[in-house]
Amino acid sequence: MADNRILIVEDSPTMRQLLVFALNRLKNVDIVEAADGMDGLRKVTSDHFDLALIDINMPVMDGLKLIRLIRGDESLKQMPICVITTEGATDDRQRALTLGANEYLTKPIQANRVLSIAKGLLKVE
Amino acid sequence: MSVKNYERGEAVLSIFKRGAEFTKDLLQENEQLRVRLLNIEQRQTDAARDPEEWEKLRNELLGKIESLEVENRDIRERLQAVEEENGQFAGRYVEIEEENNNLANLYVASYQLHSTLDPSEVLKVIIEIVINLIGAEVFCVYVVDERSGILEPVASEGAPVSQFPRIEIGSGALGLAVQDGEVAVAEPAAGARAPEEGPLVSIPLRVQERPVGAIAIHSLLQQKDGFTALDYELFTLLAGHAATSIFAARLHSQSKRKLNTIQGFIDLLTK
Repeated sequence: MADNRILIVEDSPTMRQLLVFALNRLKNVDIVEAADGMDGLRKVTSDHFDLALIDINMPVMDGLKLIRLIRGDESLKQMPICVITTEGATDDRQRALTLGANEYLTKPIQANRVLSIAKGLLKVE
Repeated sequence: MSVKNYERGEAVLSIFKRGAEFTKDLLQENEQLRVRLLNIEQRQTDAARDPEEWEKLRNELLGKIESLEVENRDIRERLQAVEEENGQFAGRYVEIEEENNNLANLYVASYQLHSTLDPSEVLKVIIEIVINLIGAEVFCVYVVDERSGILEPVASEGAPVSQFPRIEIGSGALGLAVQDGEVAVAEPAAGARAPEEGPLVSIPLRVQERPVGAIAIHSLLQQKDGFTALDYELFTLLAGHAATSIFAARLHSQSKRKLNTIQGFIDLLTK
């Protein structure tokens, strides 16, 4: 059984592959992918995850709405969330953090930055 | 019961024996140390009486101090060398880590570009790479129109595709980049440029010597203030791999269309 389970909610297959590559460097981790907010919501409510990486701009349901729904669910309130987006402005960052995201990653992403944020949120070395 | 008591007794006896041996060793060592101390005291007393002996002892001690200083210096030098080596390893580790990350980006880009033969999917992948891996905000993908030989804007991000002009090969920064087959980066390599101003980066897409299309980047995301070595690697990768992907997808769709036409004729003749 994996030590940590991570959910990636991102519509771009390129980004998902890059995130999986970065996160696979963590020891004994199980990574689950979701292609949009609705798929992400379905997965996050039906299984346990220790961390969720969520893109903001997605079809069907955007990342901000997904975060709001996650934080509204009592059983998911404590799950760390890292937001991934192209938006670099401080107020966008603030909006995601106010909604309950714990960290914020802007594109273009670097594998080592993803890894260091994931380690911090999962509290692993 | 008696066997158990006997074994316990044996164990206690063995502990006592070991304790006795240990005490004996300690006493012996104590005796040796006492003898050595007496010897040193004796030498010091003798030396205090005899100036020649005093000088000999002094020289002996000075020699020892000198050899200890040499040893100390040697250890310090070795420590410094180890620290330097450690620093070099740490630097190399950072370099390898960066190289690894860069290779991951290049691998993902190349993998995604060759993951489909659908022309619209190929364009989608190119757009994803330019946004997510390069960090461009406004850009346009052009494809060479086979009949007119003109670069036609086919997909864009940050501005409607209609805002991007058709470009003749050999004209303007993008047209020249396609003609020469060289990636062109305007100076300074940051800031924003309107579609009519000419691109910040012109990436020609060519299969061997044949121009297939181009990518024109007009502005970068707010948080991106310039290009890294990885970006230049990605420009080169796109120039080759995006071109072959577009070319292959185009051939695939053409052959599919021809196959359908031929099938239609066969069906017409045989039915």
